[in-house]
Amino acid sequence: MEFLSYLINGISMGSIYAIIALGYTMVYGIAKMLNFAHGDVIMVGGYVSFYATSYATAQLLGEDPSAMAVGMATLVSVLLAMLVCTVLGVIIEGLAYRPLRQAGSLAVLITAIGVSYFLQNAAQLLFGANPKNFTPVVGGQLTFFDGQLRISYVALLTVVACVVIMVGLTVFTGQSKMGKAMRACSEDKGAAQLMGINVNRTISMTFAIGSALAAIAGVLLCSYSPVLKPTTGSMPGIKAFTAAVFGGIGSIPGAFLGGLLLGIIEAIAQAYISTQLSNAILFAVLIVVLLVKPSGLLGKYVPEKV
Amino acid sequence: MKEKKKSTGGLGNYFKRMKTATKVDYATYVGVILAFIVVTICQSQGLLNRSMTGMLVPICCYVCMAVSLNLTVGVLGELSLGHAGFMSVGVFSGIITSMSLQSTISSELLRLVIALVVGAIFAAIVGFIVGVPVLRLRGDYLAIVTLAFGEIIKDIINCLLVGYDEKGLHIALNIDGKKTIQSLGLSEDGFAIIKGAQGAAGNERIATFTAGFVLVMITLIVVLNLMRSRTGRAIMSIRDNRIAAESVGINVTKYKLIAFVTSAALAGAAGALFGLNYSSVTAAQFDFNTSILVLVYVVLGGLGNIWGSVVATVVLYVLPEALRGMDQLRMLVYAIVLILVMLATNNPVLQGFMDRIGEKFKRQPRKAAAQKGGASHE
Amino acid sequence: MSKPKRPETKLVPVPSVNKVPERDVNKSPILECRNLGIDFGGLTAVNEFNMAIGRTEIAGLIGPNGAGKTTVFNMLTKVYQPTRGTILLDGIDTHNMTTVQVNRAGIARTFQNIRLFDNLSVEDNVKIGMHNHIRYSAASSIFRLPGYWKGERLAHESALELLHIFDMEDLADAKAGSLPYGAQRRLEIVRALATNPSLLLLDEPAAGMNPSETADLMENIVKIRDTFQIAILLIEHDMNLVMGICEGICVLNFGQIIAKGTPSEIQNNPEVIKAYLGDQKEV
Repeated sequence: MEFLSYLINGISMGSIYAIIALGYTMVYGIAKMLNFAHGDVIMVGGYVSFYATSYATAQLLGEDPSAMAVGMATLVSVLLAMLVCTVLGVIIEGLAYRPLRQAGSLAVLITAIGVSYFLQNAAQLLFGANPKNFTPVVGGQLTFFDGQLRISYVALLTVVACVVIMVGLTVFTGQSKMGKAMRACSEDKGAAQLMGINVNRTISMTFAIGSALAAIAGVLLCSYSPVLKPTTGSMPGIKAFTAAVFGGIGSIPGAFLGGLLLGIIEAIAQAYISTQLSNAILFAVLIVVLLVKPSGLLGKYVPEKV
Repeated sequence: MKEKKKSTGGLGNYFKRMKTATKVDYATYVGVILAFIVVTICQSQGLLNRSMTGMLVPICCYVCMAVSLNLTVGVLGELSLGHAGFMSVGVFSGIITSMSLQSTISSELLRLVIALVVGAIFAAIVGFIVGVPVLRLRGDYLAIVTLAFGEIIKDIINCLLVGYDEKGLHIALNIDGKKTIQSLGLSEDGFAIIKGAQGAAGNERIATFTAGFVLVMITLIVVLNLMRSRTGRAIMSIRDNRIAAESVGINVTKYKLIAFVTSAALAGAAGALFGLNYSSVTAAQFDFNTSILVLVYVVLGGLGNIWGSVVATVVLYVLPEALRGMDQLRMLVYAIVLILVMLATNNPVLQGFMDRIGEKFKRQPRKAAAQKGGASHE
Repeated sequence: MSKPKRPETKLVPVPSVNKVPERDVNKSPILECRNLGIDFGGLTAVNEFNMAIGRTEIAGLIGPNGAGKTTVFNMLTKVYQPTRGTILLDGIDTHNMTTVQVNRAGIARTFQNIRLFDNLSVEDNVKIGMHNHIRYSAASSIFRLPGYWKGERLAHESALELLHIFDMEDLADAKAGSLPYGAQRRLEIVRALATNPSLLLLDEPAAGMNPSETADLMENIVKIRDTFQIAILLIEHDMNLVMGICEGICVLNFGQIIAKGTPSEIQNNPEVIKAYLGDQKEV
């Protein structure tokens, strides 16, 4: 029973990693860059949602608001967070990454790190360094077996959201016109451009989707561990990136699988081996997997042509 | 060419015959020596305030870190995001060494030297253990695995308990989080050196600026002499074209490992010096962010450009301190400067603009290059 | 400049199914492939490849695009391990050798798409070729011991000597990546020669060269063979070059050898004409 609850914990945390990893993998697959600022977009999403909700509770809702009104306020705050992050993602891409499209990958990486510093410090300036106490988007939990097994609604919501997003993205990249343009850009930008695809717009769109996902991940992450700081996003960001690599970077089902496995390994390691070394165990598993399968679980290995 | 070689005509001729790369190397040495002399004079005249004096040793350490990372990233061409892990190994093995030898060796200088050597050796061993599996991977996968190793090293040191008494070293790994320093069973005269996540506290501060300068010179000599040799050429050939390198008989794995382990060893020595400059350090100081910080120095200084790494490190280390007056804004400004410099040095439009400005100053190209400072091209 | 003289060639059989030039027949062939073949996931790329090259022969490997010529090179240099068959280099089976070991055993090559060390100087490119011949320890390079100076001087002199073949000494300090196309191809040959091979594989050495450059190249290939007394196997689409300097030619189509012989035999072979020009009946 204990094991089951750890497993459920792992799956719901893993779903958050998966949502972040999906954003990472989309951007990497199409723009071929490691967007280290992705984790900080998550943090921005968390803050926007936090302030929107507190504004609503303080100003708009009365003394004893109905459940309906609270729900609406939460929903609006999440949508607002998505909107702000989407705009932020597109602006970051346009200002910082687009001028470097021809430059080496390291230059883009360092710029992404600069953007990450910028977002963290701007957040610290605007929102203060003190951690904020985030109210989960949904409270309460399901209880099974006389209270031996509890599943919070947040955990359920996370898993559902993750599956919906994964399926949605798969359909989108597989079926829609924009999705096809994205796949074309990821194969060969020059050729895509010659076929009349607007590469810049496609990449902007990718960033928009990735950032909207980051906002959702931010809200869910903060609902799960309700402490919000300017550095909240960085460690989950790195782990989600690891998850994306683990599953095979560039692959949507890979990111999903990688995220879930990472969450489960982390939860089990924390419970049964060592809390202190859980990250080390996580990374050790990643290393072993990459040594056996050098391009991740679901990634394609493309040998160099001579 | 051969006739030229035979006519040995004084120092001036010798200088003329030198290759550009050799001239740049010597200029790097001379620049570092001059900087050391100037700073030492300023220090003796009392021109440096306390915060500046405090920065001297860390700057030397970070210069060594950047130069050694440049060996992996710029010369070998493999992105490493775990360089701070090797520094961390150096920090703590250096501290353990110097603390353990406190009673046996009275000379601080000798203890410092031994600590640096031990730090380098341990970091080299860890570098070898990490390098053997990691260097089989390519590109971003290699980067993420080095990041993972850096974090693993940090987490393991975070669990490390080390104490010393007359029986020798006592080491324990605090896996379940329940052990404390008492679990080591130290005798009355014994003392704790590393206390898990609290790190090492109460260290003796035996690092000096002169030692830092010597370490920088050693690092430069090792890296530059390696680069201009058969070994260095083999390493650079792997960076430029791995398949061609194999086709002319270069053992790729061997030379990748040589570069990686040398880089780790130098980072270890820098770490040992860094650790012995503070009375307390924790493993959390040497995390992913530190690796990134050093990587920023390397990229801004120019990949494979050693003097660029030195200049970029000094400038970027001092910059946040110089911005201290701006208080909260300083890291924000730092981030903006970082982004702008990357854009300015890598965007084709801006680069064309800079080149046109450069044309105007063509008569004094050296001055223009000097003004550009660390912001050289890749 | 005079066109290189067409060699007087008579191919005679060696103790196997292959033929080498008459002057090399009393020595064992430098390279012998027996029933060489490779599959890529069920697809047979090259099959039943039999060939021998004499010690000082210039041999050609020709065939339409996609015939498997570069794949043969990749098998010889162990970029791919052959699925079947044997490669004997100077009588030694190269089975299980790596690219590096094959190079040390005496095979050097150039690439169809030029693979130079672009950021290094021309001289350094050549010096890297000498890596396994001019040796000194890493310690003597760090401490600049006498071994370093001796080795570097020797490497410098030998590099200039090799560059002299193509009159490229003046370019020694230029960056390899900034050289014009033809010079890059020539540098690749010099770099391969620096590894001191007994068999040199040239993958389309004349690609992208104009007729006068090609004529120079032909002369130089013969000169290299004469100076170093080595065997050369080249892939080339330029028939003037192939027919002009090759003594033995091997024609590959769809991974199978369809003809072997002297240039005149190949020119008149109906199978070869069919492979290049198509079946007349279909027209």
